[in-house]
Amino acid sequence: MTARRLAEGGRIDRASVLPFTWHGAKLSGFAGDTLASALLANGVKVVGRGFKYHRARGIFAAWVEEPNAILDLQWNGHHDPNARATTVALRAGMAARGVNARPDVDRDIYRGIDLLQRFLPAGFYYKTFFPNWHRYEPRIREMAGLGRLRGGAPDTRQYEARHAHADVLIVGGGPAGLAAARAAASAGLSVLLADDRREFGGSLLWQDATIDDQSGMAWAAATVRDLAGAGVRLLPDTTVFGAYDDGSFGLLERRGAAPAGWAEDRLWTVRARHAVLATGSIERPLVFPHNDRPGVMLASAALQYLRQYSVLVADEIVVATNNDSAYTAALALRDAGATVTVADVRPAPPAIAHAAIDAGIRVLPGSVVLHTIGRDGVRLVDIGPADATSARAATLRVPAGAVLVSGGHAPAVHLHSQSRGKLRWDDASAMFLPVAAVTGQSLAGAMTGEQTLAGALASGHRAGVAAASALDRGVAIPAPTTPRLPASDPIQPYWCVPIKGARQWLDLQNDVAVKDVRLAARENYSSVEHLKRYTTLGMATDQGKTSNVNGLAILADATGRRIPEVGTTTFRPPYTPVTLGALAGMRHGALYAPWRHLPAHAEHVERGAEMREYGGWWRPACYTRASETPAQAIQREAAAVRQGVGLFDGSSLGKIVVDGPDAAAFLNLLYYNDLANLKPGRLRYVLLLRENGVVYDDGVVARVGPERYQLSPSSSHTAGVLAMLEAWHQTEYPTMRVAFHDVTGAWATFAVSGPRARDMLSPLTGIDIAADALPHMTFADGTILGIAGRIARVSFTGERSYEVSVPAGYGPALWRRLMQAGGDFGITPYGIEALSVLRAEKGYILIGTDTDGMTLPDDLGMAGPLRAKKVDFVGRRSLLTPDAVRPDRRQFVGLLPLDPNAVPHPGAHAIERRADGMRSLGWVTSACHSPALGRSIALGMIARGRSLIESGGEVELFHLGQTMRARVVSPVFHDPAGEKLHG
Amino acid sequence: MLLIPCPWCGPRDEPEFSFGGEPVARPVPAERVSDAEWADYLYFRDNDKGPHTEIWCHSGGCGQWFVMERDTLTHAVLSARKPGGAA
Repeated sequence: MTARRLAEGGRIDRASVLPFTWHGAKLSGFAGDTLASALLANGVKVVGRGFKYHRARGIFAAWVEEPNAILDLQWNGHHDPNARATTVALRAGMAARGVNARPDVDRDIYRGIDLLQRFLPAGFYYKTFFPNWHRYEPRIREMAGLGRLRGGAPDTRQYEARHAHADVLIVGGGPAGLAAARAAASAGLSVLLADDRREFGGSLLWQDATIDDQSGMAWAAATVRDLAGAGVRLLPDTTVFGAYDDGSFGLLERRGAAPAGWAEDRLWTVRARHAVLATGSIERPLVFPHNDRPGVMLASAALQYLRQYSVLVADEIVVATNNDSAYTAALALRDAGATVTVADVRPAPPAIAHAAIDAGIRVLPGSVVLHTIGRDGVRLVDIGPADATSARAATLRVPAGAVLVSGGHAPAVHLHSQSRGKLRWDDASAMFLPVAAVTGQSLAGAMTGEQTLAGALASGHRAGVAAASALDRGVAIPAPTTPRLPASDPIQPYWCVPIKGARQWLDLQNDVAVKDVRLAARENYSSVEHLKRYTTLGMATDQGKTSNVNGLAILADATGRRIPEVGTTTFRPPYTPVTLGALAGMRHGALYAPWRHLPAHAEHVERGAEMREYGGWWRPACYTRASETPAQAIQREAAAVRQGVGLFDGSSLGKIVVDGPDAAAFLNLLYYNDLANLKPGRLRYVLLLRENGVVYDDGVVARVGPERYQLSPSSSHTAGVLAMLEAWHQTEYPTMRVAFHDVTGAWATFAVSGPRARDMLSPLTGIDIAADALPHMTFADGTILGIAGRIARVSFTGERSYEVSVPAGYGPALWRRLMQAGGDFGITPYGIEALSVLRAEKGYILIGTDTDGMTLPDDLGMAGPLRAKKVDFVGRRSLLTPDAVRPDRRQFVGLLPLDPNAVPHPGAHAIERRADGMRSLGWVTSACHSPALGRSIALGMIARGRSLIESGGEVELFHLGQTMRARVVSPVFHDPAGEKLHG
Repeated sequence: MLLIPCPWCGPRDEPEFSFGGEPVARPVPAERVSDAEWADYLYFRDNDKGPHTEIWCHSGGCGQWFVMERDTLTHAVLSARKPGGAA
C-alpha cells in the first residue's frame, strides 16, 4: 500500500503539470506541490538511508521538521546537495536523488551495516577510533553523511541582501500572527509580516475553521488583502531564522518565482522596535519499536499532505497517539476513504473518540504500536497494551501502509530562546513554554500554550495590542472570533514503549535510539548538553525538531529526574539551515571588496601588465612580453633598473597629511624615530610600533613645513596607520592640536629609478634634481612637464631614484610622457615582483613578509633610534623588557645558499639537529634569484643572527623534508656602501 | 547586532563600529613603570560579567572614539558618552 493522489481537492493547480525525475525516473507533480508531496503522490516510499545504520527511511513530516527527506537536487543548472524535500517547491525539470546511499536509496550497498548495530553504540567512534581518528576518518566519511558537493563547481545561484526597519515584525502568518498583524497595523504602525510558507494562513491551510463567519482560509485571504492595503509588508516564503541583539532578526526569503538571473534567495536583516512571535508548534512523534520504517509519519503531516496536496498517505492507516490532536487527522483521512485504526495510549477513551467511532474509525484505548513489519515500508502493524514490556504482548496485527504518530506538540520556542527568554515545563500540556516574553517581544498562539483556534486568535490580537501599547499606540478594532469548540481531553505523556532491546528511534536524522540515550546516562553523560554531544541527538541539520523533547524525557527517566530538572540544550540560530551563499550574498568574486585601481591602470593593462591584487590594490605584478614567462620578465625588469632606468607606479603608497601646531610633538609620541628634528624638505625612513613594541609598519615621512608632515605608510597599512593616529590622538592625547588627512587617492606617484634616472628626468622638470641640489632623502615641489607636483629622492630599489607625484588626474598622461621621454634611455616599466627582488638585494624589509607579530626594531638591526630618542613613544617601554633584550632573539640576516642555483622556500626553517630531534632557529622570510649577483639570495630571521654573520656561520635550511645549507651574511647584498643610492 | 548610540551620530548598527576594549590608563613615565605594571597595562583586563565600561570607535561613520557601558551578560547598552564628557 502506498501513498496516492486523490482525484480532487488540495491547494494545487492540476492544470500545471511539472515533470521531474527521481533517481532518473520520470515523474510528475503539480504546481503547488512540494518535492515531498510530489514524491509521495508518485508512490515513492524510500527517500533516504539512515546516517549511521543505513536503514531505509521515508518522508516523515511535511515541513521544516523533516529529518529524512534530505535530497540531492539539481534544477536550472543549480545544485543543492542537501535539499529538504518537504520545503522545496516543486519546479519543472528538477532532478532529485537520495543521499548517503550507493548506488541509490533502494539498493544501498551499505544497508548491511545495520546488522552490526549492536557493535555500533553511542560513542562508538570515540571509543574505537580515538586517538587515530585521522586514519579512519576518510573511510567513515565515505559511509556516513549527507549530500556531496560536485567537484568544486561554483554555486551558480544568485543571492542578495536587504536591510529593513519596522515598528513591528510579526513572525508567523497563521491565525495568531494574522490577528496580531491586523491589530498592530490598525494602530498605524509599520508592520512586517513573515511566514516561511508560500501562503499565509498557517494551520488554516489544512484545518477546518470558521472565523468571523467565513471559512478559515477565506478569512486569511481577506485579512492578507487588508494588510497589504494598509501598507503591511508581507514576506511569504521567508524564514525568520535568528533573533539577535536589540530587536535585530535574520530572515531568509526564497523567491522561487524570481525571473531568471535574479536572486532567488535574499537575506534580510530586520531591525524591529517590537516583535511578535507567532511561530506555532511542531508535532512530536510517539516513539515505539521500529518507528523509523517508511510509512511512519507525523499525524499532522498526513493531514497536511491530504488537505494541501490531495495526497492520501495510505488506504489503511494506524494512528498512534497520546492526545486529541491526531483525531483531526484520523477523521479527515477516514473522510477521504481510508480505513483507520487509532491506538491511543490513554486508558480511557477521550470524548473525541466517540466522534471517531461514529465515523467508522476503530479506536483502541490503552494501546500502542509494538512493532512494524515490512521490507521497505510499513505493511503490518502490531498493536498491544501501552505498558507492554515485550513485543509478544501484541494483541492485534493490522495491515497498514502508514502509521501516523502524535506524541504531543512542542511550541517553536527557538527565537524566544535565542533572545535569552526562559522556558518552563508545563505538566498539563507536556510542553516547554516561554516563562514570559522578553522585553521587546510579545508571544502569540501556540507560544502561549494555546492549542485552540479561539485561543490563537485571542492571543494573537492581544500580542498586537501589546506591541502597539509598547510603542504608545492604541488598537480600536475587535479581535477576530471563532465558534468555541468543546475542550480537549488532556494529553498523557508517553515517551517510549517499556520494551527492552528493541530499537525505538528518537533522532531519525542522526540515527539515535532510546537505548543510546540510556547508554549515555549509564556512562554518566547525564547533562543534556553532554548527552547531545555524546549521542549526537539533535545535532543534525533538523536540529532535533522532532527528537529533542523525547530525548530529554528519556534522559530524565533514565537518571531518575523530572524533565524540568534535565532542561533543554541551548537554542542557537539558525532555526533552519541557511546556505553560505545566502549569507555571503553578493560579497564574493569581483564584489568581495572594492577594487582600488591605480590612476594609470589602463596604461599598465595596455602595456601587457599582469595585474594582481596587493593589499586591496590592483597593481602590475610584471610586464610580461610575448616571448617570456613572468619569472623571466621579473628578472629582466630588475636587471634593467640596475643597468639603466625603470619606471614604477607607486601611487598606492599611502599619503597621510599631518597638520597642526602640535604635529611634530604628536608624531614624536607615535613614531619610533625622532621626527621633531627632521628639517622641512627632508625625508626620513621610520618605523611605527605597537604598544607591545612589535613593528607595525615602516615608511617614509616628509616634513613639508614646520607644522605639516606627510607620512607614507605601506600600501596595505594606510587605513590602519590612520586609524592608529586617530585612536592615539582621540584617546590618549586629545588636547594636542593636530589633524590627519588621507590623501592617497589624490596623487599619482611614479618612481624613476636607476643609474640613468637623473639624466632622463632632469630635462622634464623645473625642479633642480642635481646630486647636490636634491640629495638622497630630500624632496622639492615644482613642475614636472608643466604639472605642479613633487619630486622626492627616495629609493626602494637601492638605485638613484626619484618619486614623482602629480595630481591623480594627470597620472595617465604623465605615465605616457615618462615612457615616451625614457625611450632613448631604454626605460623599462617594472612591477611589484621586480621591486621585491630589487629590495631583497638591498636587504630592505617588507613588513609582514620579513617581519611578523614578534619582530622588534632591534631584531631588524634598527636599535639606533631607541638609544638616540629622548622622549617616550608608542611601544618604547616594551623594548626594555627582559624578553626584548634576550640575546637569543631571532635577527634579520641575509642567507646565501651554498648552491647558488638553489632558491630556498620562504618559510623554510633553519634547523639545529640535536639528540632529541630538530629545533628551529628561525626561518627564511624572502628568497629569490638575484640578477645583480647572478645567484640565489634569501632573507631570514635567525636566532643570534648577527653573531652568525660576524662568525661567518652556516645554517641548515629544512623544508618539507628537503634540506640545503646556507651561509649567514649581511642582508645587504647589493651596493653595501650605498654609492649607487647616493650617487 | 547591537544598536549602538553613537554620541555624535545617534543609533547605528554594530557593524559600523569597532571595539576598543576596556579603557586602560597608560602608565607614565615609562622609565618608572615596572615590567609587571607594563604587562598588566598591555595584557590584563578585568573582563567583568555584567555592566562593563568599554571604548568603541564609530569607524564606519564619524570615526570618533567614545565610552560605552554595556552589560556583558545581557548585551544591553547602558550608556554612551563622548570621552571625558557627558552623553
